[in-house]
Amino acid sequence: MWFEQVLFFVAGIGALGGALGVVLLQNPFYSVLSLVGHLLGLAVLFLLLNAEFLAAAQVVVYAGAVMVLYLFVVAYIGGADVPLRPESGGVAMFGPLFAGAIAVELCIAFIASGLQALDTQGADIARPENADQFGTPGAIGELLLTDFLLPFEAASFLLLVAAVGAVVLARRRRGLEDAPVSTGPTRPRDEPPPAETLEVRV
Amino acid sequence: MSATSYGWLVLAFPLAGMLIIALGWRVLPGRLPGWIGTAAIFLSFLASIGALVDLQDHPEDERQLVDRAWTYAASADFSADVAILVDPLSVFMCLVVSGVSFLIHLYSVAYMSGDRGYARYFAYLNFFVFSMLLLVLAANFVILIIGWAFVGAASYLLISYWYRRETAVRAGIKAFVINVIGDVALVVAAFLILDKIPSLDFLTVFEGAGAAFGQNDGMLVAACVLILVGAFAKSAQLPLHTWLPDAMEGPTPVSALIHAATMVTAGVYLIARMHPLFELAPTAADVGAIVGCATLVFAGTVAVVVTDLKRVIAYSTISQIGYMVMGASIAAYGAGLFHLMTHAFFKALLFMGAGSVIGAMAGIQDMDRMGGFRRAMPFTFVTFTIGALALAGFPLTAGFFSKDEIIAFAINRGDLYAVLAIFGYIGAFLTAFYAFRMVFRVFLGEAVPEARELEGGHLAHGDPVNPMTGEPEDTDVGFPGPEHHVAEQAWPMKAAMGPLALLAIVGGVVAIPGVSDILEKFLEPTFEDSRFHDTAPTTGAEVWGLVVGGLISILGIGLAWWVYVRKPGTAARARERFAWLHRFLVNKWYFDELYDAMFVRPVATIGGFSKRVIETEFVQGTIVGGATGVVRVGSTFARAIQTGYLRAYALLLLLGVAALTLYFLLNSS
Amino acid sequence: MDITWYLVLSAFIFAIGAAGVISRRNPLVVLLCLELMLNAGNLALVAFSRMHGSEAGQVFALIVMVIAACEVVVGLGIIVAMYRNRLPIDIDEMSELRG
Repeated sequence: MWFEQVLFFVAGIGALGGALGVVLLQNPFYSVLSLVGHLLGLAVLFLLLNAEFLAAAQVVVYAGAVMVLYLFVVAYIGGADVPLRPESGGVAMFGPLFAGAIAVELCIAFIASGLQALDTQGADIARPENADQFGTPGAIGELLLTDFLLPFEAASFLLLVAAVGAVVLARRRRGLEDAPVSTGPTRPRDEPPPAETLEVRV
Repeated sequence: MSATSYGWLVLAFPLAGMLIIALGWRVLPGRLPGWIGTAAIFLSFLASIGALVDLQDHPEDERQLVDRAWTYAASADFSADVAILVDPLSVFMCLVVSGVSFLIHLYSVAYMSGDRGYARYFAYLNFFVFSMLLLVLAANFVILIIGWAFVGAASYLLISYWYRRETAVRAGIKAFVINVIGDVALVVAAFLILDKIPSLDFLTVFEGAGAAFGQNDGMLVAACVLILVGAFAKSAQLPLHTWLPDAMEGPTPVSALIHAATMVTAGVYLIARMHPLFELAPTAADVGAIVGCATLVFAGTVAVVVTDLKRVIAYSTISQIGYMVMGASIAAYGAGLFHLMTHAFFKALLFMGAGSVIGAMAGIQDMDRMGGFRRAMPFTFVTFTIGALALAGFPLTAGFFSKDEIIAFAINRGDLYAVLAIFGYIGAFLTAFYAFRMVFRVFLGEAVPEARELEGGHLAHGDPVNPMTGEPEDTDVGFPGPEHHVAEQAWPMKAAMGPLALLAIVGGVVAIPGVSDILEKFLEPTFEDSRFHDTAPTTGAEVWGLVVGGLISILGIGLAWWVYVRKPGTAARARERFAWLHRFLVNKWYFDELYDAMFVRPVATIGGFSKRVIETEFVQGTIVGGATGVVRVGSTFARAIQTGYLRAYALLLLLGVAALTLYFLLNSS
Repeated sequence: MDITWYLVLSAFIFAIGAAGVISRRNPLVVLLCLELMLNAGNLALVAFSRMHGSEAGQVFALIVMVIAACEVVVGLGIIVAMYRNRLPIDIDEMSELRG
């Protein structure tokens, strides 16, 4: 059992460190890598909670596919060195403050909760009929196709919609690349209008 | 039909005429509204005659008939009915009013044709006649005051008839404001009387006045003085006279009807009607007599120098009504009312003639620009001269008998009244002078271009201008129409002026001293309760008074002839020598300036202050501005949240979650 | 380990993610921090699922992962569109909702 505790702390510190890295590192590339580390730590924690399938999905899908996609985009756009302390200091200073407040409140809620089950290691999952079935892919799969069929199908539909949407958003618009910078959001708002319209007024 | 039924008919015809014209003016073509209005008044006149005939059928002591239509207002122990009183006085007034109104309507049919507001004019005129008849037929104070107010309203409507003319509008407002002073005084007087006598019916009040009030009782004197204020406002006596000369802004027939023959005589009627009260309060009667006398002298002096033709006649009206007021106040009721009747004849005639001359002058009213019209306008010349003779009191005209009878009565009563009589003779001299000043300046002398044009048969036309200020106008609705009319060319005008000229000559037959006293006997049932009933002057005294009066009028006419015909430069030289006096008189003794300083300016200052400080700054600035300002500031704050910064929004979300969590945390513990 | 430990850890990760969303200006990093918050939620879900002994929580967490993926895809699409239109890649510049 000491192994479990050591593993918990190692994975926990890894997850926390990855989280801090995401927020504090300047280069977005490093932030993505830091998140990957965080996801791996989280996968170990899932394993400790008997969620095998979920841990695997986390590593393969999340860390593997989604983060790689992220890396592609970061590589395409390029990293910009943005200072962590922006001009609008007022807004950003309060962020950590309120976030800390939420953390404190949640901790109080969890620790001082009257729910006794929180002080245990969880329910007894070693049932005689399906021992070692908790959290296995089979059990999850069975639930997905029986009790949770509707969410399952809806989620897949959502995926389709998201994919189409992303394609529409990011496609190249023909001819727009050569058009002059005249209207719309390509001009910062506070610039005076171009000289042509001034002449019309005169 | 009974006399009172005729009385209701007298009221109904003008009201019906007004409604027909006012509601149907779009469908009545051409001059038809004019003829309808004239016919309505003619029927009213016939009904008055019917009332007269029927009234005379009653025995002498039953000639004050009251008829109630419905209860107007009733409370605890008081009720006022819509009721008319048909007695000799009211029938007399009805005859004069409806008769002269009929002739003036007839005159207006031609005079006002071409004006864009023709139907409106006749609707107003009929409304006026209805109101005046309501006033004279009223049987109680309530209906009297209603008629009084209507007459004031009709006067305002008709003075500002040409409503796009700013001078006319201001004149109408001036007349209305001064009339309202009289209205208020009359209402307060009614209250004072109601306080002691629980009824407002005339007959009840007159019978009970002796018991309720003692001789010269303070409250009664106050009530009578207030009645006098009402009478002075309506009849344009000092000090409430300033509106009448300005009221000449209205069309000439309006001046003839309202401001000569009928409305301004309402004050005289009022005093005559209230004679039981005035005889119980001799102080008030004396006030009336003195004011009447002062007015007649004042107006006479101003009429001698004014150059606008209509305004001379206006001041003459003020002066003659001074005679009537004086007569009614000294209990010469028959004489005063007789003068009312003859004055209606010749004053209306003078105004009609003036209208004809003004038409020949294409709207100009300034006598300085007139002259020598006698060959171009013979009919107008003759009738105008007849009117002037009657006004001056030339022997054997109607005016001769009526005016001098009042003065004779005054002499007979002696003391204070004899002094007033002397002023009366002075006024008569001035009257004769200025009456023929008009005649000689307008009709004799060199013929002006307009007169020569008219002799050639062609009516002069000029650009339409405001006769007082010279401002250019147009001839669309709200201004006078493009046509001008003279009596020689319009038969309705001739048909109206002819009978009046005849009456101005022979109208005196109803009261020739020693020969006939038809009027006196007719009015007796109303006035027999007067204490002064038997103090009428003897025939001899009256004849003496007539002789003196006739001499004075001939002297006045002679002086006018000397100044204006024989030695034409006399007037100009006199004006130079007495320049200060001339200025004083031409400015009407500076009454307008005095009232301007005393009343108009302070009120205007208060109004300006209210507008600037109270309305603009306080109400709009503080109260309204404050309310909107608070909202504006609040919304500016609220708008600051909409920064567009995503991070700010996210922060707010976070804040909300933290707060919610805190809430649940606290609640569950 | 008691379930409480996992929950406390999830709370910390959530707070870190929230602070990051507000503090960072690069939209890419903001999206990453959003992922952090979602993952913290997942951890809490799985912990509770273990507590009850029912796999419903894990299925929930799986669906959350799917949604996170969709959201990342769309967000990245927007960022790519921003880049294509030569807009500065800065959250503070996107203040068109100002009013």
